[in-house]
Amino acid sequence: MNPRHAAWLFLAPALLVLGVFFLLPVIAALALSLTDYDLYALADVRNLRFVALGNYWALLQRPLFWSALGHTVYFVAVGVPLSMAASLGAALLLNSPLARCKPFFRTALFAPVVTTVVAVAVIWRYLFNTKYGMANYALGLLGVHPVDWLGDPHWAMPTIIAFAVWKNFGYNMVIFLAGLQAIPADLYEAARIDGASAWRQFRHITLPMLGPTLLMVGILTVSGYFQLFAEPYVMTEGGPLQSTTSVLYLMYEEGFKWWNLGSASAVAFLLFAIMFAVTALMLRLARRGAHADGEAA
Amino acid sequence: MSRGARPHRPGRRMPPHRLLAACLLTGAAVLGGCGKAATERDTLTFWTIGREGEAITRLLPDFERAHPGIRVRVQQLPLTAAHQKLLTAYAGGSTPDLTQLGNTWLPEFVALDALEPLQARVDRSAVVRPDDYFASIWATNVIDGRLYGVPWYVDTRLLFYRTDLLRQAGFAAPPRDWNAWRRMLAALSHPERRVYGILLPTNEYEQLMSLALQQDEPLLRDGNRYGNFRSAGFRQALAFYVDTFRLRQAPAITNAEAGNPWTEFGRGVYAFYLSGPWNIGEFRKRLPAAQQGDWSTAPLPGPHGPGASGAGGSSLVIFRNSPHKDAAWALIEYLSQPAVQQRFYDLLGDMPPRRSSWDGGALRDDPQARAFREQLERVKPTPPVAEWERIATEMQLVAAQAIAGELTIDQAAAEIDRRADAILEKRRWVLDHAGSKP
Repeated sequence: MNPRHAAWLFLAPALLVLGVFFLLPVIAALALSLTDYDLYALADVRNLRFVALGNYWALLQRPLFWSALGHTVYFVAVGVPLSMAASLGAALLLNSPLARCKPFFRTALFAPVVTTVVAVAVIWRYLFNTKYGMANYALGLLGVHPVDWLGDPHWAMPTIIAFAVWKNFGYNMVIFLAGLQAIPADLYEAARIDGASAWRQFRHITLPMLGPTLLMVGILTVSGYFQLFAEPYVMTEGGPLQSTTSVLYLMYEEGFKWWNLGSASAVAFLLFAIMFAVTALMLRLARRGAHADGEAA
Repeated sequence: MSRGARPHRPGRRMPPHRLLAACLLTGAAVLGGCGKAATERDTLTFWTIGREGEAITRLLPDFERAHPGIRVRVQQLPLTAAHQKLLTAYAGGSTPDLTQLGNTWLPEFVALDALEPLQARVDRSAVVRPDDYFASIWATNVIDGRLYGVPWYVDTRLLFYRTDLLRQAGFAAPPRDWNAWRRMLAALSHPERRVYGILLPTNEYEQLMSLALQQDEPLLRDGNRYGNFRSAGFRQALAFYVDTFRLRQAPAITNAEAGNPWTEFGRGVYAFYLSGPWNIGEFRKRLPAAQQGDWSTAPLPGPHGPGASGAGGSSLVIFRNSPHKDAAWALIEYLSQPAVQQRFYDLLGDMPPRRSSWDGGALRDDPQARAFREQLERVKPTPPVAEWERIATEMQLVAAQAIAGELTIDQAAAEIDRRADAILEKRRWVLDHAGSKP
C-alpha cells in the first residue's frame, strides 16, 4: 500500500463522521432551501415543489428580513467592540502585578460564561423590570426617569447587548489573559528604562504583541454574535415591535413556528453567506494591516 | 360511562427507576417516546398546554380509580413552545395518545392527517352529546364535514368594565352597539391626564379579529382561497378599531408596555378592557376587596346591537397513530362530564363548552360569568385553514401600521389582502392539485 492510500485510510474515520454529521446535513439543507417544504409537504411529500431561488428572492423582498438583518448588524457592531473591550480590560486588570486574589476574580469574572442563559435571563428580567428593577432604582437615586428597558423598542436592543456582553466577556478574557502572559516581560522592562508611560507601553507593546490573538478573538466573536438567538428568545421573544428579531430568530420562527423549512433554510444560507463575507473581509484587512506594519518597521 | 373503553387488565408496571433508566438509555429527549418504550400497555400519554396541566392532575385520581387499568401520564407544555413541540413530535413520529389542542391549531393537524376522526365514538357515547355544546364551539372541531375533537373549554373575548366609572359618567348600563360604545369611550377618555376609555394592546390580534367576526362578510373568500379583507365589513371593523386609537380613546401600546393592566384598571386608567375569561380570576385576585363591586363584564357590542365574538378555546384530540384510542376516549368522556367540568372551572376558571355544565355549580349564579354565558351563544369560528394564525398575525402587524398613521384604512385592507393571498398560495395550489387528480 502506498503512503497516499494509507493517509486516506487513516483519515477515513474522521472524514466519515464529518461527512455524515456535517456535510450531508448541509447539502440536504441547501436542497431544502430550493423547495417550498412546508406543512403540506410534511403531510404528503407530493405537495413539495421545486422553487429554485424563489425562497431567496422572496426573502430579499421581505421588509422583516432586512429589519432583522439591521438588528443583527446593530448587535454585532455595538456588541463586539464592547465585548472585546470588556474582555481586554478585565484581562489587563487581572494581569496587573498590583492585582490581589487573582484566582478568585478570574473565577468570578468567568462565571457568567458557564451559567445557563435561561436561568440568568430570569434574573436580568427582574433587574431591568420597569417598576421593581434594580436598574431603574439606581437611576431613580440619580434622579433619572425610569426606562422601560425591555418594553421600549429603542431600549430593548441595548439591554440585550448589555446582557450578551456580560454573559460572554469572560470567555475572551481568559484567551486574552493567556496572550498577555505570553508577552516577554523584558520588553516592558526595556520600555520602562526608555521612560515610556503606561499608555505608550500598552499602545506599542501590548497591542502589537496581542495582534494575532485580537484577530482570532475578533473573528470568533463576530461569527458568534451574528448568530444572536438565545438572548432575544428568552428575554423579549423578538419584541417589542419586532425590535429584537435577529436573522436567526427569523429563521426559528419561519422554520419551527410556521414550519416553512424551505424558507428557513434559505435564511440560514443567506446568514452563512453574510458571515463568510464579513470574516473574509476581516482577515483581508488584518493581512493588509500586517503588511503595512511590516513595511513601516 | 365508558362505553367506548374495553375493560382493562391491570398490566405489569415497570418500576420507576427502570423506566427512568430506559429513557436515559434510549436518549429519548422527546418525552413522548418514553411512554411507548415502556411495556405498560395502558399508560396514556396526555399533553397539556399551559396552566391546564396543573389543574388536570387534581382531576385524574378519580378517573384512575374508575378505570384501574389505565394510568395517565400528563406532560405539560408551556404555551410558547407547544405549537412547535407538537409539530416536531408529528414530524418525528412521537406524538402522544391525546392532547389538548387550541381550536385554531386544529385545521393544521387535520391538514397533516394526524388526528383520529371522532364522529363514530360520539354517536355511541352517552356522555358527549353534541346538541348540549355551544354550536359554534362544536363547529370549530368539524373540518370538511368530519369531527376531529371534543371541546374542552372555551375562550372568547368580551368587555370588562368599571361599573362605577360608567355610572359617574351618566351611563346606567354597558354599551349594546358601537355608537353607544363610542359615546362612552369619548366621555371616559382624558388623554391629557393619561386616562383612556379602553386598553387594546396593539400586539394582540384577538380584539380586531373579534370586531371583524361581527361582520356579515367572511374573512376569507372563494372556499378560503383568498383574503377578504377589502370587504366593506372588514374595513368598517378596521376603521372602528383604528379610530379608537386616533381619537386617543386607547393608548397605542403593546402588552409589554401595558405592564400590569389589572392594577391600572383598578386605578381607573382604563374603563374598559377587551379580554378573555381568565381575567375574571385575575381581577378577583388582584383588585382590593373594596373594589370588587366596581367591575363587571358585558357581551361585546356589535355594529347594530349585541355582536359576535371569536369562538376560541381548546379541544381534546386523539392522534391517529395512538395504540390506546379506546382508553384515550374514556378519558375524553370523563373530562366531558358536566360535574368534572364544573370542578375544572373551580380549579382554574376555564369555562365549560356544555350548556348543562353551566346549569350547576359555581357558574350558575356568578354575575361576572353571566356575560360569557350570553356571549357563547353568539360566537363565530375563525376560518378553518391551517394558515389562519399566520394571517391573523400579519393582519395585526398591518393594523398596527395603520394605528401609527403609516397607512390609511383602504391601504391597510389592501395590504392585509395581499399578505393573506401570498400566505394562501400553497393552499390554493394544493386544492387545485387535489382537484385535478382522478
